[in-house]
Amino acid sequence: MTVLRALLVACAMLLAGRALALIETYEFSSPELEARYQQLSEELRCPKCQNQNIADSNAPIAQDLRKLLHHQLELGATDEEILDYMVVRYGEFVRYRPRFGGTTVVLWLAPVLLLLVGILVLTRMLRSPPKTGLSGTESLSAQEQVRLRSLLDKAGRDS
Amino acid sequence: MGPRLKLFLPLILFAMLAVTLFRGLSLDPGEMPSALIDQPLPAFSLPRLGQSGLLSEADVIGQPALLNVWATWCISCRVEHPYLQQLAAQGIPIFGLNYKDDDQAAQRWLDELGNPYRFNIADREGTLGLDLGVYGAPETYLLDAGGVVRYRHVGVVDDKVWQTILAPKYMALNTGSGAP
Amino acid sequence: MIPEIGHFALIIALCIALILAVVPAWGAWRGNSVAMALAPGLAMGLLVFVGISYSCLSAAFLQDDFSVKLVASHSNSLLPPIYKFAAVWGNHEGSLVLWVLILSLWTAAVAVFSSQLPLLVLSRVLSVMGVIAVGFLLFSLLTSNPFARLLPGAPADGSDLNPLLQDLGLIVHPPLLYMGYVGFSVAFAFAIAALLGGRLDASWARWSRPWTNIAWAFLSLGIMLGSWWAYYELGWGGWWFWDPVENASFMPWLAGTALIHSLAATEKRGLFKSWTVLLAIFAFSLSLLGTFLVRSGVLTSVHAFATDPARGMFILVFLAVVVGGSLTLYAFRAPAVSSRLTFAWVSRESLLLCNNVVFLVATLTVLFGTLFPLIVDALGMGKVSVGPPYFNAVFVPLMALLVPFMGLGPVSRWKGDTVARWRGELLIPLVVAVFCGITLPLLHAPYNIWVALAVLLSSWLVVGLARDFWQRLRRASNPMQGLGRLTPGYCGMLIAHLGFAACIIGVVATSQYSVENDLKMSPGDSRVLAGYEFRFVAVTEVRGPNFVADEAHFEVTRDGARVASMRPQKRRYLASGSVMTEAAIDAGLLRDLYVAMGEPVGSDGAWAMRLHFKPLIRWMWLGAILMAVGAFTAVLDKRYRRPREVVLGADEALLRGT
Repeated sequence: MTVLRALLVACAMLLAGRALALIETYEFSSPELEARYQQLSEELRCPKCQNQNIADSNAPIAQDLRKLLHHQLELGATDEEILDYMVVRYGEFVRYRPRFGGTTVVLWLAPVLLLLVGILVLTRMLRSPPKTGLSGTESLSAQEQVRLRSLLDKAGRDS
Repeated sequence: MGPRLKLFLPLILFAMLAVTLFRGLSLDPGEMPSALIDQPLPAFSLPRLGQSGLLSEADVIGQPALLNVWATWCISCRVEHPYLQQLAAQGIPIFGLNYKDDDQAAQRWLDELGNPYRFNIADREGTLGLDLGVYGAPETYLLDAGGVVRYRHVGVVDDKVWQTILAPKYMALNTGSGAP
Repeated sequence: MIPEIGHFALIIALCIALILAVVPAWGAWRGNSVAMALAPGLAMGLLVFVGISYSCLSAAFLQDDFSVKLVASHSNSLLPPIYKFAAVWGNHEGSLVLWVLILSLWTAAVAVFSSQLPLLVLSRVLSVMGVIAVGFLLFSLLTSNPFARLLPGAPADGSDLNPLLQDLGLIVHPPLLYMGYVGFSVAFAFAIAALLGGRLDASWARWSRPWTNIAWAFLSLGIMLGSWWAYYELGWGGWWFWDPVENASFMPWLAGTALIHSLAATEKRGLFKSWTVLLAIFAFSLSLLGTFLVRSGVLTSVHAFATDPARGMFILVFLAVVVGGSLTLYAFRAPAVSSRLTFAWVSRESLLLCNNVVFLVATLTVLFGTLFPLIVDALGMGKVSVGPPYFNAVFVPLMALLVPFMGLGPVSRWKGDTVARWRGELLIPLVVAVFCGITLPLLHAPYNIWVALAVLLSSWLVVGLARDFWQRLRRASNPMQGLGRLTPGYCGMLIAHLGFAACIIGVVATSQYSVENDLKMSPGDSRVLAGYEFRFVAVTEVRGPNFVADEAHFEVTRDGARVASMRPQKRRYLASGSVMTEAAIDAGLLRDLYVAMGEPVGSDGAWAMRLHFKPLIRWMWLGAILMAVGAFTAVLDKRYRRPREVVLGADEALLRGT
């Protein structure tokens, strides 16, 4: 069993080896199609590999999917149609850009929400003291305040 | 929230994360359930291996069955083959999908090693495979009597896989459909 | 024999680490100076024995001792010696020993370079690092023994190191990365020591700042090297994929950037003490989380080591103990009421807060995106993938948001400043930046709005920094004196921020302006790409030390003048049979030319070739190097080398108190 497992692992390694970049030379009827091909092949995940898009993988299934992609583009399908076609067969797993909806809404909204929370916290923190500088120095004498300012400036010149 | 309580927030968040990670350890991130679960087998019209005539999705309807995706270039399929013979001998219907293979080589293979399949679909270009969401061989689909995909197993079907995963599902389909 | 010595040394190291974890900390708790004073000695002892263990492992590799399982699985007699040496860390077990070695190095360094630290603090810091060492040594000895033997029946030769790893990048990337990851444990240890001591004053910030800067610098270099290595080694011209393992190193970097800036405010003004402590805990927790993600198998990645859920369980428990313990300590010991904030909206402090907000949001976003597939799966809601399209879409705007504040930061005053003063200082740089943003991208057709934005932002940084630098020189009586008065802290900031600006330009220019073509070419064919003519001359067979290859010869010309001779290879390694593409790269400061071989097409000697034109890509990595140089420079500041202060000076009291 271990020998066979080793063989399987070796096969898997050979097939999924990232450095064996298989380069096909598809002809496209227009440069826009080629650009879309490049973009979509980077957005589609190879179902079998360990986290590679179909552009970079040389697994047989990745090759098949690239051929399919080329074929569909030449037929005139839109990006959405092609992605849906793949999802029907391979599941949402195959999209590297999660669609906006269902479970992934929270994923797309998270950065915005986090940023809003951050800004909120920031403004609340900054709202407490008075808006002009050199606050909290009422207890210092005028001489000390001048000293403080010069110390602060000196500290500012370092980093 | 009291000021002291606020300081517990990072700990609480971390605890939630740790639980998720713990759960994650028992999952397999590479495992991919078929996107066609509970959907009928895609329509197809492909030649029959070794014989004339075409097969279509209607040919798999009638009883719960296994659809085994195999090829001569797939080493694991050779490993799986004897067990499939056993299952076929027990009367379990197995249909074959000869995936992106050469007809002659496939026929020779079956002649040499035995044929557990009721029939074989010769999917030379892999079109049905693509429609099924096949991404490598061997894969085995469990179909119910109406030709609806109920489960997909990726990898070799051996005794352990059959006893723990496929057999219970197969039995359930059988009793459910009342098939003999 | 040698592997057994190594194994034994590792066990002794564990014992020393256990004593280090317990005794000095107990001494600090009880006020026992003898116990506390043991800490530096124990730290050195730890280093010695881990060093012995590591040397034995290296010796096993270098001597082709195939009875050691690790050597048999990852080395080969034909492997060049330098790669045998590097193969020690090209696998899970060996890289763990490297982790522990680097941890011991940092621990010993803290023990040696801390003459200004009170013994009370030093003992606690070293004890915390001892705890971490115990965890990793236990992990190594119990689940990932590097010295496991294949006796009887040692193979005659090994399976060879993965050819992808047989490269200069492998030799340097992991050690640098680990120096960074592990280095954040020092900031973590200082934070814990501060919490344990109950005295959360600003001096701990001054002590931990140089250590944190150095760790951050190494991490920057490590990540940069990883990106560069992937670029030239993998044969497809990419340099960042937002892969979980890549993110595992990037998240500590992002949190670390927030940390080094927050430490500045804490050191200078005694502010955000509690928050900075939390950041220090967070940054190191992300390091540990990264270790978990890479070695447990919960996420799929091309970079992941051979994964094993049992090992993952161990790391998870360790993570729970260390992070859970530190966060519990934080919850109980951090001051519940934050100190009175005494600075205005318009001040350097608030700008540093903006930095913290942006980097924290970035860290949490990357964390969430990386873990999202796992979360969804754990909740039973199916399988999704989160990849570069998502990360690029959310990360880039955040960085863009950061830059305006970054330009204001160095110029602003502590505590209170005025918008009028900012306007006076920075109006000219702003105008120049807008002008550059509009005009410079015209140099390259077609006009690209993203590049324009990037140029605007970078110019804003660069011109602002240049002007400030100029002003400081001018204020002195003569330029030489002005230069002399520039502190290492200031110079470090200047260099690091310039590096960041260079990074922005590099990333955006290469993303937007790169041209890539996959073509079928036969010997004698010529193709033009971005003004360069690539002429395919011939394919020959060459032999390497442990491979055979098909080598293509390309001559590249531009406007008739010869630019470069490029020789990509398609290698087949003899021991493993694996095939690898070795891309040919003509590197340049302003552009890279990149040629990779695909497969032979047809039978008439034609090949599928990939040709790339990548402008300004080196700026990205040079920017990262500059950032690291800046961080190293800042550490040279005299104030970190001042002897221990007994009484807080009157000036400091004034600064910190208000």
